[in-house]
Amino acid sequence: MLEIRNLHASVDGREILKGIDLTVPAGEVHAVMGPNGSGKSTLSYVLAGRDGYEVTAGSATYKGQDLLAMKIEERARQGVFLAFQYPVEIPGVTGVNFLKTAVNAVRRSRGESELDAMQFLKLARKKAKELGVGEEMLRRAVNTGFSGGEKKRYEALQMALLEPSFMILDETDSGLDIDALRVVAEAVDAFRNPQRAMLVITHYQRILDYIVPDKVHVLAGGRIVQTGDKDLALELERSGYAQFVGQAA
Amino acid sequence: MTGTSHPDWLASLRRVARAKADAAGLPTRRDEAWKYTDVAALGVGSFLLAEQPRGAVPEVAPLGDTIRLLLVNGNLVAAPDEPLPAGVVVDRLDSGFSAGVVQAHLGQVIPADAKSLATLNSALFADGVVLRIGAGVKVDRPFEIVSFGQGGDEPVAFHPRCLVVVEEGGSATLIERHLGSGSYFSNSVVEIALADGASLHHYKQQDEAAHAVHVATTGVSLAGGARYAGVLVQTGARLARHEVHAALGGQDASFGLDGAYLGAGQQHLDTTTFVNHVAPGGASRQVFKGVLDDQARGVYQGTVLVQRGAQKTDAHQLSKALLLSPHAEMDGKPELEIYADDVKCGHGCTVGDIDETALFYLRARGIDEATARHLLIEAFLAEVLDQIEVEPVRQAFAAVLGERLEGAHATRRSDDHRQG
Repeated sequence: MLEIRNLHASVDGREILKGIDLTVPAGEVHAVMGPNGSGKSTLSYVLAGRDGYEVTAGSATYKGQDLLAMKIEERARQGVFLAFQYPVEIPGVTGVNFLKTAVNAVRRSRGESELDAMQFLKLARKKAKELGVGEEMLRRAVNTGFSGGEKKRYEALQMALLEPSFMILDETDSGLDIDALRVVAEAVDAFRNPQRAMLVITHYQRILDYIVPDKVHVLAGGRIVQTGDKDLALELERSGYAQFVGQAA
Repeated sequence: MTGTSHPDWLASLRRVARAKADAAGLPTRRDEAWKYTDVAALGVGSFLLAEQPRGAVPEVAPLGDTIRLLLVNGNLVAAPDEPLPAGVVVDRLDSGFSAGVVQAHLGQVIPADAKSLATLNSALFADGVVLRIGAGVKVDRPFEIVSFGQGGDEPVAFHPRCLVVVEEGGSATLIERHLGSGSYFSNSVVEIALADGASLHHYKQQDEAAHAVHVATTGVSLAGGARYAGVLVQTGARLARHEVHAALGGQDASFGLDGAYLGAGQQHLDTTTFVNHVAPGGASRQVFKGVLDDQARGVYQGTVLVQRGAQKTDAHQLSKALLLSPHAEMDGKPELEIYADDVKCGHGCTVGDIDETALFYLRARGIDEATARHLLIEAFLAEVLDQIEVEPVRQAFAAVLGERLEGAHATRRSDDHRQG
C-alpha cells in the first residue's frame, strides 16, 4: 500500500530524513520507533504533505500513485489520514461544521453523494457514541479547550468518519494517561482490516500493547537502522535507544 | 425639507454649523485624526447636495420583525404606520412634538469640532429622525433604520441624521443599515443619549454601494449604569470611516463595541474611536477584526481617555487584522491616556496571516485550501458576530460576509485556472 524509497527530506535547509526505505503492505501495522529528534514527526508530516517539509530525494508511492505529487487535501481524499500528535485548536469553527465539510469533501472525491445536515448528524452521533465522544464535543469549536484525552478521541472520531485506508499515528500516546491511551488505542485497533494499513509512530512501547504491530522499525538519525517483529519494541523498552544514537552518528 | 420651515432653534443650530463647516473645510491628512484617511481627495466636496428622491422607493427586505424607517438620500420616505409601543416616539427631528428632548440633545452628544464632518451634517441634513424610549420602557421589537443611497448621473452627497434618546431604565435595540447603488457620499450622524440605567443594543451594517463614500460619526453619552453594546459590520463602500465618540459620564456605565470588516479591491475601511471615561467604575471593551485582501487598506485608531476621577475603570481595546494579500495594508494606532491610578486598561493590535497550522489541519482532513481559508476567516470574524443577540440580524450580517468571502474565492479560483 505504501512504498517509501530512499526518502530524503529537509526542514529549513537542514536534512532530517537521510534515506528512508519502508514498505507497508495492506492489512499490516508497522511501528516506527526512535529517540527524540530522529525524524519521526518529520516522516509523518512529509507523508501528509505539510508545507516547509521539503523532499530532496527519493519517492513515496501510495496505492501505486506518487503520493508526494499530491496536494495535502488530495492525499486525505485518497485515504491517507494523519492522526496529529498535537491536534490543532481552531476557535470559531464548530466540530459539526468542520466534520461535515471534511466528510463531504472526501465523499465527493469518491463519487459518493454528500450527506445533508440530518444524515451527517445521525452518522456523527453514532460514531461519537462508539468512541465515547460526548455529543457536546461536536458542538464545541474544534479541539478548543479539549483535554489531551479528548483531543485524541476526537482524532479517532475523525478517522472513523473519514474511513481512511492508510493511517499514520504520530505519537498518539503522548499526553494520554493509561486509561485514555487504552480507549484511544483500542478504538484505532478496531479499524484494522485486510484493506487497511497503519504506521504507528511512537517513542514508547506501551501503545503497541493495544495495537500489536506486524513489524517494528527503529528510526535513528534520519534512517531506519533496524527492523524486527513486535519483540523488538519490548527489547527497546528495556535497553533504550542509546545504542542506535551512537550508530546513526 | 428646507431650512426655512425648521423651528428657530434648529435653524440657528444649522446656521452656526454651516458657518463653522464653511470656514473649516473638509478634514485633510494634515489633521491628526484623519492622518490615514483622505476623504477630500475623493472630491466629495464638489458632489451635488442630493434632492428629494424621485421614482420608486427601493425595496429592502427587513431583518425580521422590526419597526422600520427608510431614508433615501437622507430623506425620510417610509416611517412606521403601525401603533408604536406605549412610551415610544418615532418622529422627524423638526416636528416639534419632542422639541424639548431634541433640543436638549441634538448636536450635544458629539464634541463640537469645526473640522468634523458631523458639523457639516448639522449644517446640511435633510430629514432627521428621533427615536425616544420613555423611562422604564423596554422595547423588544428592534428599530430598523435603513439609509439607502441613490447615486444619479452625477455623484450626490447627503447627510442622514438620527437622534436616539433612551430615558431612565429604558431599553431598546437599534439596527442601522447603510445600503445603496451608484456613486454618492453619505455623511451620517447618529447621536445616542442613554440616561441612568438605560440600555441600547446597536447593530450597524455598512454595506454601501461599491463606489460610495461613507463617513459616519456616532456619539454615545452614558449616564450612571447605562449600557451600550454595539456591533459594526463593514463590507461596502470604496472608502468608509466609522468614527465613534463615547463619553462614560455616569458611574458604572458600560460601553462595548465589536467590529468586523472585510475589504477587497481598493477598499479603504477606517474605524476611529474615542472613549472618554469621566466617571468611576466604567467599563469599555472594543474588539475589531478585519480581513483585508487585494490592495485593501484598514485603519484602526482607538483612543481611550481615563480621566482623573474615573477610578476603577476597566478599559480594553483590541484590533486584529488578517492580511490575505501582500498588497493589503493595516494601520493600527491604539492609544491609552490614563490620569487615574486605580484602573485596569489594556490594548493590543495584531496584524497577521491565516494560521498555517490550522490550515494544514483542515486540509489534512480533505478540505480544499479555498474552503479551509473560508472556514478560518469566518471563524476569525465569528467572535464579533456572536455578540449580536437578534438572530435574523446575526444571520443576515454573517450571510453578507460569507457572500463577499465566497466572491473573493471565486475570483481567485478563476485566476488560478487562468494561470494553471
